[in-house]
Amino acid sequence: MPSTIDRIYLKLPSLYPFTLLHLAPLRTSLVERRRIEETGRDSGGGDIGDLPFLLISGYDKILRMPRATSDAKLLIQSLGKAYAATPTNLKIIDLYVVFAVATALIQVVYMGIVGSFPFNSFLSGILSCIGTAVLAVCLRIQVNKDNKEFKDLPPERAFADFVLCNLVLHLVIMNFLG
Amino acid sequence: MAEPGSSTAAAGDGGGRLRNAFGGVLCAFTLLLIGVLAFSIRLFSVIKYESVIHEFDPYFNFRVTQFLSKNGIYEFWNWFDDRTWYPLGRVIGGTVYPGLTLTAGTLWWLLNSLNIPLSVETVCVFTAPIFSANASWATYLLTKEAKGTGAGLMAATILAMVPSYISRSVAGSYDNEAVAIFALIFTFYLYVKTLNTGSLFYATLNALSYFYMVCSWGGYTFIINLIPMHVLLCIVTGRYSSRLYIAFAPLVILGTLLAALVPVVGFNAVMTSEHFASFLVFIILHVVALVYYIKGLLTPRLFKVAMTLVISVGLAVCFAVVAILIALVASSPTKGWSGRSLSLLDPTYASKYIPIIASVSEHQPPTWPSYFMDINVLAFLIPAGIISCFLPLSDASSFMVLYLVTAAYFSGVMVRLMLVLAPAACILSGIALSEAFNVLTRSIKCQLAKLFDDSPAASGDSSAESSSASTASTNSAKNENRSEKTKTIPKEKPSKNRKKEREVAESVPVKHKKEKKLLVLPMEASAMGILLLIVLGGFYVVHCVWAAAEAYSAPSIVLTSRSHDGLHVFDDFREAYAWLSHNTDVDDKVASWWDYGYQTTAMANRTVIVDNNTWNNTHIATVGTAMSSPEKVAWEIFNSLDVKYVLVVFGGLVGYPSDDINKFLWMVRIGGGVFPHIKEPDYLRDGNYRVDAQATPTMLNCLMYKLCYYRFVETDGKGFDRVRGYEIGKKHFKLTHFEEVFTTHHWMVRIYKLKPQKNRVRGKLKKLKSGSKTSSTIAAGRNKNPWQ
Repeated sequence: MPSTIDRIYLKLPSLYPFTLLHLAPLRTSLVERRRIEETGRDSGGGDIGDLPFLLISGYDKILRMPRATSDAKLLIQSLGKAYAATPTNLKIIDLYVVFAVATALIQVVYMGIVGSFPFNSFLSGILSCIGTAVLAVCLRIQVNKDNKEFKDLPPERAFADFVLCNLVLHLVIMNFLG
Repeated sequence: MAEPGSSTAAAGDGGGRLRNAFGGVLCAFTLLLIGVLAFSIRLFSVIKYESVIHEFDPYFNFRVTQFLSKNGIYEFWNWFDDRTWYPLGRVIGGTVYPGLTLTAGTLWWLLNSLNIPLSVETVCVFTAPIFSANASWATYLLTKEAKGTGAGLMAATILAMVPSYISRSVAGSYDNEAVAIFALIFTFYLYVKTLNTGSLFYATLNALSYFYMVCSWGGYTFIINLIPMHVLLCIVTGRYSSRLYIAFAPLVILGTLLAALVPVVGFNAVMTSEHFASFLVFIILHVVALVYYIKGLLTPRLFKVAMTLVISVGLAVCFAVVAILIALVASSPTKGWSGRSLSLLDPTYASKYIPIIASVSEHQPPTWPSYFMDINVLAFLIPAGIISCFLPLSDASSFMVLYLVTAAYFSGVMVRLMLVLAPAACILSGIALSEAFNVLTRSIKCQLAKLFDDSPAASGDSSAESSSASTASTNSAKNENRSEKTKTIPKEKPSKNRKKEREVAESVPVKHKKEKKLLVLPMEASAMGILLLIVLGGFYVVHCVWAAAEAYSAPSIVLTSRSHDGLHVFDDFREAYAWLSHNTDVDDKVASWWDYGYQTTAMANRTVIVDNNTWNNTHIATVGTAMSSPEKVAWEIFNSLDVKYVLVVFGGLVGYPSDDINKFLWMVRIGGGVFPHIKEPDYLRDGNYRVDAQATPTMLNCLMYKLCYYRFVETDGKGFDRVRGYEIGKKHFKLTHFEEVFTTHHWMVRIYKLKPQKNRVRGKLKKLKSGSKTSSTIAAGRNKNPWQ
């Protein structure tokens, strides 16, 4: 028995691409369900029997998306898992970096709205955010215990260097802010 | 057995420590001697002439330093100079590179606060030799980072004497390069040190040293393009490491900010194409760092999936961004580069579009002999150094090679940039010579040890020595060399030697793994080699001292010549400036060609129309047009600029070749570039530039000719010009709109005063009505002269 979706396809062929894009997972599972009903076996993706539905080329890639999306989901999950395993102090530094970059982006958006007239102020604001982000990344590199090159650098020394460099950076920023 | 062993071990340790301490003291003493050498080889001009500031540009720096020492730093920072480029003036605070001035000013202030009352002029004259000593020490540090102490000392010695650097840093040459080369080498040293150690402290120091370099010289763009190139090279050759990130990323941010702090650079630090390379590589470095980080987190299969996803999305974004950037850059006619930088990338650019840049003799490409004059022996030691850098290749040595290659290219474009090649050449030659000495002395040591050994203990010592020598440096070699060596030693029994070798080989297998690779040459060859290298060094030293004494020590404000009746001194320039400062009013304006502007403001203290800064082409073209026009027109032009005195330099009587008549064609070209009624072919006869009887009437009537050759025929009756080598064309003429007020002793500088306008116009009232009609028709006709 044809489902409602199939009837929509037959009656409104112009809607075909959009519905395909939106309902691709559903669509493919329909195809798979029919094939399973017909042949009793799983085919896992595009097949030559789908040709009637693949008249416009290129949609086969969209049909392969579920493998890609499932892979992407797996990727993100494994990334998340591996990242969750990092020590807390490194995560704090990462949070600081994200905060600094977000502040820089907000400043760019603000500049886009109000214009860049005191250009030195804009420049010093942006560069101070990116500067602290970069220095925090350097600190993270030096403090990370997995890093073989820095294993005999005491983390206090790394932090002291970080503070010194930030001091120089902010001195320059204060001077340039205008 | 343990106690004697430990005591001998302790004694051995103590002996090693003593040797190390002795080595350190020797190294420090050698460095001190190198500094003294660098300082003293630059003192020839002070000994031969006097402690005076040379050339043209240093006089401007001297005047600025005088102002700074008199009025303090706030006045200096906000100084608007109205005594130059009349009537435009010049914002000194915003257009000068303050590094040199602030350095000398600080030095003067320090010495005076310690109650050592040196004058500003003395401090200015001796700033360059002091900083060249500092530059040699910086070269030692830089080469030590790449290849070790021996190479460092060698490179420092070579840099102390290299003629190319001496030419721009003699005592009296108070110019930007005097401190800029030191800042360049020091910045490179701190960068390589950060790269080797990964310490953020050195990264901060690197940024501060880069700030000092930006303050000092326009050549700082070389640093901010070379370091990104090296980072890119490291990434591409697979040498990415977290130390690379620490070395580069803070430098970009801090460096851009600090460069924007200097008023001369200002917002150019983020808007001109010279700096875009650093931003681009900054982004690339972050992408690479992210990739490495994620690679560390994921499994290889997942990493491949991530890569395909990211690449497909990232490439699209990348293309969009690059397209926007290209559109922005292509919209500017010079693609965002400044004129001087563009002339480096495209050597024909300046001669086509900016004749002022093309006219400076320092901006011409160098000839082959100038390479041998300026870097002498180093020219063929450099390839040996490059090979030595590759064995083994490290980040630091790859940086040296890249620095040399880019510096060699730029030195081929402009002779002035041989100066940037000099440190690279010295470093690589130092490395090459040090390696050569290493191999040769090691050979002699091994051979001597083999010569005098009769017992296994001695052979054990020799193996220990040679293995310690092997830790210093390794060279690839063939095993046949060792057997050849045993054959050529005359006094040893070959079988006994080989047996001893095998014994030693069996007992210390680990050390011998390295020892097998060492190159050990026969003793006579190595002794000969050391002797020849020392002779080579001797030739180099002799050449450097000769170049420093004869070629590069001329102050060019005082000239000397030897003839059969002794030494003649030509002090005409200072004579003229002194006359100007004593016999004219303070507010009088002096017009001359732009070469003499700085000297006139500094020594004569009079306002000038154009000077060596050459920032306003139209103003220079105005003066050039005036010099190329007939007397009346020139008078009109100069009167409109409030000029009172005109100064020309003439070398025809004594044979001084860089006078204004020889520079005259450039005046015509520059003037003609802005005012089309000045046409160069009008001044040439059959394409030749002549001032004799065959010269064109335009040439014989122009102001420059008249001012230079006025009354010249009175000197020898015939008017023979010693520089051009023939008699002049127009010999007897009078000046109608100018009057001669001063000519120096050797006729080298001639000063003329503009005659005031006549009060009464006798006989002109009748002609006025008919004259006005004719003058209007003339004006509407062929002349597009804006002053008629």
